[in-house]
Amino acid sequence: MTTTSPVEKAGGGAATYVDQRVGSNKFLARNLSKVFPDHWSFMLGEIALYSFIVVLLTGVYLTLFFKPSMVEVVYNGSYVPLKGIQMSEAYASTLNISFDVRGGLLIRQMHHWAALIFMAAMSVHMFRVFFTGAFRKPREFNWIIGVALVTLGLGAGFTGYSLPDDLLSGTGLQIARGIVQAIPVVGTWGAFLLFGGEFPGTDFISRLYSIHILLIPGLILALVTLHLIMVWTQKHTQFPGPGRTNDNVVGYPLMPVYMAKAGGFFFIVFGIIALVGGLVSINPIWIFGPYTPDQVSAGSQPDWYIGFLDGALRVMPNWESHIAGFTLSWNILIPGLVIPGLIFTALGAYPFIEAWVTGDKREHHLLDRPRNAPTRTALGVMSISFYLMLFIGAGNDIIASAFDLSINAITWFLRVALIVVPPLVFVLTRRICLGLQRRDHEKLLHGYETGRVLRLPHGEFIEAHEPISVKEMAVITSKNDVAPLPTPPKADIDGVKNKKFHQQNLRAKLSRFFYGENIPLPSAAEIEAGQSHVAHDAAVEAPLHEYEDTDEIRQFHGGILHHPGMPESNLEQVTEHKE
Amino acid sequence: MTDLTPHDAHGSQPARLGYPPHADVEHVLRVADTDPKAAKRAERQVVSMFLLSIVMVILFVAAYVGIDKHTNVYIPVFGEVGAQTIALGLTFGLAILLIGAGAIQWAKKLMPDVEVVQERHEQVSPEDVTAEAAAIYGRGKEESGFARYKMIRRTLIGAMALFPIPLVVMLRDLWSTPASEELSPAQILSTTIWKKGERIVTDATYLPVRPEDLPVGGLVSAVPASLEEVQHLEGNLNARGKAAIILVRMEPDEIVSQQGDGWDYQGILAYSKICTHVGCPIALYEQRTHHLLCPCHQSTFDLANSGNVVFGPAARNMPQLPIGVDDEGFLIAMSDFQQPVGPSFWERSS
Repeated sequence: MTTTSPVEKAGGGAATYVDQRVGSNKFLARNLSKVFPDHWSFMLGEIALYSFIVVLLTGVYLTLFFKPSMVEVVYNGSYVPLKGIQMSEAYASTLNISFDVRGGLLIRQMHHWAALIFMAAMSVHMFRVFFTGAFRKPREFNWIIGVALVTLGLGAGFTGYSLPDDLLSGTGLQIARGIVQAIPVVGTWGAFLLFGGEFPGTDFISRLYSIHILLIPGLILALVTLHLIMVWTQKHTQFPGPGRTNDNVVGYPLMPVYMAKAGGFFFIVFGIIALVGGLVSINPIWIFGPYTPDQVSAGSQPDWYIGFLDGALRVMPNWESHIAGFTLSWNILIPGLVIPGLIFTALGAYPFIEAWVTGDKREHHLLDRPRNAPTRTALGVMSISFYLMLFIGAGNDIIASAFDLSINAITWFLRVALIVVPPLVFVLTRRICLGLQRRDHEKLLHGYETGRVLRLPHGEFIEAHEPISVKEMAVITSKNDVAPLPTPPKADIDGVKNKKFHQQNLRAKLSRFFYGENIPLPSAAEIEAGQSHVAHDAAVEAPLHEYEDTDEIRQFHGGILHHPGMPESNLEQVTEHKE
Repeated sequence: MTDLTPHDAHGSQPARLGYPPHADVEHVLRVADTDPKAAKRAERQVVSMFLLSIVMVILFVAAYVGIDKHTNVYIPVFGEVGAQTIALGLTFGLAILLIGAGAIQWAKKLMPDVEVVQERHEQVSPEDVTAEAAAIYGRGKEESGFARYKMIRRTLIGAMALFPIPLVVMLRDLWSTPASEELSPAQILSTTIWKKGERIVTDATYLPVRPEDLPVGGLVSAVPASLEEVQHLEGNLNARGKAAIILVRMEPDEIVSQQGDGWDYQGILAYSKICTHVGCPIALYEQRTHHLLCPCHQSTFDLANSGNVVFGPAARNMPQLPIGVDDEGFLIAMSDFQQPVGPSFWERSS
């Protein structure tokens, strides 16, 4: 039974009005029933999107009160410890937002927390996409857009927390300038142009401001839109499961379930950010004081997402060369530009490298389980371990004082660990993946271990196995076994030399590296035989349970209920029972 | 290498192995599907969450108007916090959160939970469509004569390549010096306002320093006496960013080496305060070892030994400022720094 309320009538009227002008009902009819698969990890991207919306909303509010100016003023607001002190207008207006605008501190803290969550959600979302192979054809463009979004997010965060012109943010800017200045040939000029002269100058905050509130958010918004359009048109990937194939999508329709779930989830994310923003203090700039280039506080830390860059700067050895009267500062160039450059280039290029190595040209909509792509998973975990080492580096002073360790020892440990740990992690992860593959293999052939240990009449202990569920069967057998590319011939049958031999040979070698270690799925016949065998065994054990409450078994014998004169083995027992 | 499509051979495996389509997996009914009472209860839950959200908005407005913005309250774990911020955050956060919680509860308990299947279609366009697009392009190319008019094509490409140049050129004046002092960035970075006879004053109070003010093992952050005036004149902190120094005093026989003969005064040494790594100011001084530690990236300098780097990412020693006293007995600089202070840059030669 459907009733139409006056509101709906008005809504319908509006829909018709719009439709007559832009044809929107065609879009609605096609898309309102669009199906989205369900999985908790698909919410990570949603968190990123929603926290970005919160950043935009709170950011607009902050622009109403913030003054991006480095003009010196004397503070006369209500925060007593800084009264009468000279500071830039940027810092003074941030104090004003924090102490004299009602709700200002709440919004400022929400803005900062939402930015941190935005970066974290993007990172974890990227991990999910990477480890499940969701970046494969046809989604390579969306992966690149994602990498660009992370990069822009770093820029948005850095330009944002530099704006208040407090002692901590100014120190971050000084470091950033030091990195720019180290660029060969153009660095010195570049730094002077960016800052309008020497450090700190009086131009930089207003320049950062337009980048922070216009340029970067504009780009992010455009790319996010593109990202979503592509998710929409390509349809979401799905994890393997019963009835889920590469050619369908199984889940809930947009109207009404996803409308309520995803829409509701926006409010959950927004609400949690508001709660955290109200309850948990972040970046208390009034404690740091106004910026001056000759002071710094100990334990200076950037926001978490800049940590890996700061850590790289800290652990880098002090290499510098002087060539023909010019200076090359490797100690700054490598951690400040080369390492981030390599990280983001490798990230962006990865889908294409993997596709080339594997020769895979097929569309993928069914996600890989990380264990089923051991080399990819190992590469990913290896990269994360490298990143983590740098991240730990950024806290070397905090770690040293918290655990009473030598800061030099920590730094040296990290210098070595950055080279030693990632390869170890690679090998270890690949072993773990293969171990998990073996377990899957085992389950297909012998069912799953129930944890029920039985003692047979002749004294043998066995663990009962049972057939795996339909769902698990579908999940495990979703694995794709792919043979590595064959070694190319040096010449064809007519003896014509293969000009591309070296390129093809490299590709074949990399392909063997990628696919070489693999536990292939048993054949369908083997699986069926295995499962029916397990089912039979399970049936064999079953009568023991049935006997438990009957009078037939009178003696307790050797830990298992057994009737003297009854057959010795289970099987005999069952056979006799049947007769 | 066009035949390398190993994946094409496979097809989707669950189907290949004959596992049941999705509809065969048993759908478990929820309590709210079978028990009208449970359904009613779920409905009540959703309604009360939405209602509570409305209440929270009202409380928010009350807290905005009613709580003084300077009142602090003590809350365990959180400590001394602004009462209004906490109240606004709680009410605002809960008002939003409850809308979301209600909507999700509604979806989970009362909306259908049967998964549906939709088919996918390959992204690639059908061949006839691609052919049509190619034909349109070919006709356009023919009609425009893009292939035929070589010079048009080349000059167009040239013009397109050059037109962004003005956009880049105009960035030149992001920094400009007054015409009277045409100094290059490298020259500017290489000098500070220190000069012979410039008095050394404390950094915050601008008081001149006598040698006897500084005990052995002590450290003073200092600036040139003319800094206050220069700062006022220039309207920025640039001069401070380069001229800031630290004074340390040690027993003269503890000094292993200096950057110049007799640059100390009775064991008082003046070093730049700006780290030679990326420019953080440094003042973490360990008087026993005479080590100076940068709080940003932990470069460590030995002030008893020419300010040389003993650890960390900095590559160059801390520039030393030669000092002495004037006839009134106050500490003065004997010259400017003999090398550029602060972080490295391309044009510096050492």
